[in-house]
Amino acid sequence: MEQNELRALEEQCIQDCAPPCTAACPIHVDVRGVLLEFGNGDADAALKTLRKTLPFPGIIGRICEQPCRPVCKRGDVDAGDGGKDAPIEIAALERACVDYGALKAEKTRPVPKRNKHVAVVGGGLSGLTAAHDLARKGYIVAIYEAIDPLGGRLWSYPEERLPHSLITTEVGAIEALGIEIHLNSPVGEALTLNELRDHNEAVYLAVGAESGATFGLTRDAAGRIAVDPVTFATSRDGVFAGGSLLRGHHAKAIDSIADGRRAAISIDRYLQGVSLTAARVGEGSIESCLYTRTDDRASATIIQLDDVRGYTRANAQREAQRCLQCECMECVKVCEYLAHYKRYPRKLVREVYNNLSIVKGTRYSNQLINSCSLCGLCAEVCPTDLDTGTVNQRARELMVDQKRMPPSAHDFALRDMAFSRSDAFSAARNAPGATTSDVVFFPGCQLSSASPEQVEKVYAYLGGALPEGTQLGLLLGCCGAPADWAGRKDLFAENLSGLREQLRSMGNPKVVLACSSCMRSFKAHLPEAQVISLWDLMVERGLPEGAKSGGGRAISVHDACATRHEAGLQNSVRTVLDWLGYTVDELPRSRARTTCCGYGGVQWLANPEVADKVVAKRVEEGPADYVAYCAMCRDFLARGGKPTVHLLDLIFGTEGGDFETEAHRPALGWSERHENRARLKRQILKNVWGEDMDGPDPIDTIQLIISEAVRARLEKRLILDEDMRRVIAHAERTGRRLIHPDTGHFLATHKPVAVTYWVEYAPVGEAYEIFNAYSHRMEIVEDPPKQGQNL
Amino acid sequence: MSTPDKPIVMCALCNRELEPAQVNVAYLGNAFPVELLKCPTCGQVFIPEDLALGKMIDVEKQLEDK
Repeated sequence: MEQNELRALEEQCIQDCAPPCTAACPIHVDVRGVLLEFGNGDADAALKTLRKTLPFPGIIGRICEQPCRPVCKRGDVDAGDGGKDAPIEIAALERACVDYGALKAEKTRPVPKRNKHVAVVGGGLSGLTAAHDLARKGYIVAIYEAIDPLGGRLWSYPEERLPHSLITTEVGAIEALGIEIHLNSPVGEALTLNELRDHNEAVYLAVGAESGATFGLTRDAAGRIAVDPVTFATSRDGVFAGGSLLRGHHAKAIDSIADGRRAAISIDRYLQGVSLTAARVGEGSIESCLYTRTDDRASATIIQLDDVRGYTRANAQREAQRCLQCECMECVKVCEYLAHYKRYPRKLVREVYNNLSIVKGTRYSNQLINSCSLCGLCAEVCPTDLDTGTVNQRARELMVDQKRMPPSAHDFALRDMAFSRSDAFSAARNAPGATTSDVVFFPGCQLSSASPEQVEKVYAYLGGALPEGTQLGLLLGCCGAPADWAGRKDLFAENLSGLREQLRSMGNPKVVLACSSCMRSFKAHLPEAQVISLWDLMVERGLPEGAKSGGGRAISVHDACATRHEAGLQNSVRTVLDWLGYTVDELPRSRARTTCCGYGGVQWLANPEVADKVVAKRVEEGPADYVAYCAMCRDFLARGGKPTVHLLDLIFGTEGGDFETEAHRPALGWSERHENRARLKRQILKNVWGEDMDGPDPIDTIQLIISEAVRARLEKRLILDEDMRRVIAHAERTGRRLIHPDTGHFLATHKPVAVTYWVEYAPVGEAYEIFNAYSHRMEIVEDPPKQGQNL
Repeated sequence: MSTPDKPIVMCALCNRELEPAQVNVAYLGNAFPVELLKCPTCGQVFIPEDLALGKMIDVEKQLEDK
């Protein structure tokens, strides 16, 4: 992934954007952080956080004009007097931090002194802030104030609003920073700007609105000193200006502070000889890019404020607790994967990128990348449409390119795909006697695995439902989804070109798809193919004869994540259910906002724990039984304990199965999935085309006896019957096997491709009883090790 | 009933007890010496279940992330 591609994706996630209060504040006070700490009862910590950005918190807490309040999201939730919005009393809580918090004496790191002088003209809020900031950076600062004392227009506030003693205390505190203070020292005649500039490396002019002085500098149209709006630099080198001198009598106190701070940044840069303008985006009052959902938030009691006395400590804490702690997290709220890893996309994208950049060393995030179901729900709920799945998909492709994809991560799914593409399942047939097809049915691999008999019924139904004379073919194979999920672009493309070639040789027929993943693969990667979902086709051509009525039974549709954007298909599914006599009880998250079942992206293989959480959450979502129209969704939900039927089972019924039996049918094992696919091909070719496939693979004739307990263990270990048959065939042919003298059980091993299997078995007549099996990927080698440690 | 002395597994091909031997196991180009039971005649090696599903899987995962 290119650096800029990553940047763009990172930027798309807005979770780290400043909340509205902080963004609106021209000095970006961390209001959310302060209120969290105060709300937790830690006034000391709240004051400490406040002091990081706010220089005179007691004063500002009483006089701030609060540009933060009109944008406070709490105002969207709570209504106060007369139905007006009731945002948080932010300034009063800042004051409460000072009233009830104490700054612990900390060991301050002595600031390295810089032997450069700065003169600040004017001892009001703007000048005081600039002086404060520059002194803390180690500059030698002197303030020139026309009168006595410092404080400027702070003295114009009534005593009950801003006690004089507080001004004296907070303003006086800056003397401790070693700032030289010249009172009764107006700059103009006795002491000129020229003289100041000659004796100082920089000057900040903050003399207040009433002076009207321009010091011979270039003026703007209004007659005030003209400054660069970003740097506050005047027309004269090394001279900066800000505060009400520029803003006039109605300047907000907080803006004067912000000007002082921003001018101090410029002066620091000026004195260091670096760019004044670089990377200054976001200074001053800005609009927040953070999205915070409020319609799901409960209203809270508004705590009345006494303007003169402020809040009591307890009331301040209650008011602070009204803070919504604005954040987005929309995707994390709906995604078990992100919640499990405690990541939001911005952090995840960075981590994925870092993982891809590791050349030598451990890539700790491989499992994170492989655990995403790529279901796309995050993008659906994201205010900026960021799809974390796309990031993980791309990362997998790059891991494959870099030859750093863990071999075990996708191996099982890819071998399952290989099985689907092998002669055991793959087939392409035009209608008997025809040389091309008008329509071809492509059932896909997992429907064929789960319900081979339904595939035959669908083929027969299509034959009757399509217009007279339609040549109906059959295409058994794989759409390539497992290769796509594994980041195997090569394999995916190879499979796709095979499909394209097969369709071409059949005369490019219209493809009927019964699987949602196939639908997505075809639409995205074979756009030239004309496709129709089986459900749309049923709505067009009518249901098969003899479909059993649901009798008004309530049922909830679990939409497949691969077709979350196929609204027409989703409608057709509901129409079919309606025709069948079911009442659809929609799940809170359905259609475009449906969830994955845990199969997508091979989440179940990469991280069974996350996949289990995904299913557990989904099965809790609705009380009615579920209907799925993807074979894997059906089995994964059933395994999660939710009675779930496949739509085809409702349409065609099952042998002797009523609804209850179908809904509670256990999920299929992987060995059965292979066998069912092979059986489907064998049977449908025989029944429809009268073809007898060559005799069974000799391997398949080895009969296995497996108890339920052993079967469950093997399923968990992903060991298939065909793997064990190969081991036994190899052992019986070569005689190479071990024996447990106690039990007489043989123990044999074989490595067909990449995985070594061990099988503990005993012959029982013509068959073999399996007692245990396990596998590993390490292999025994002859050569002595060149590197490594003792195992 | 097994006695402590009785071997857990024997080579069925050579009908003799396996003996501890130094064997090398490898994965993704990394090899490690390990002591395993081996048939002194035909060289069949026994990798027990607890090793395969314990230490071996751990090392496999570590190497896969390297």
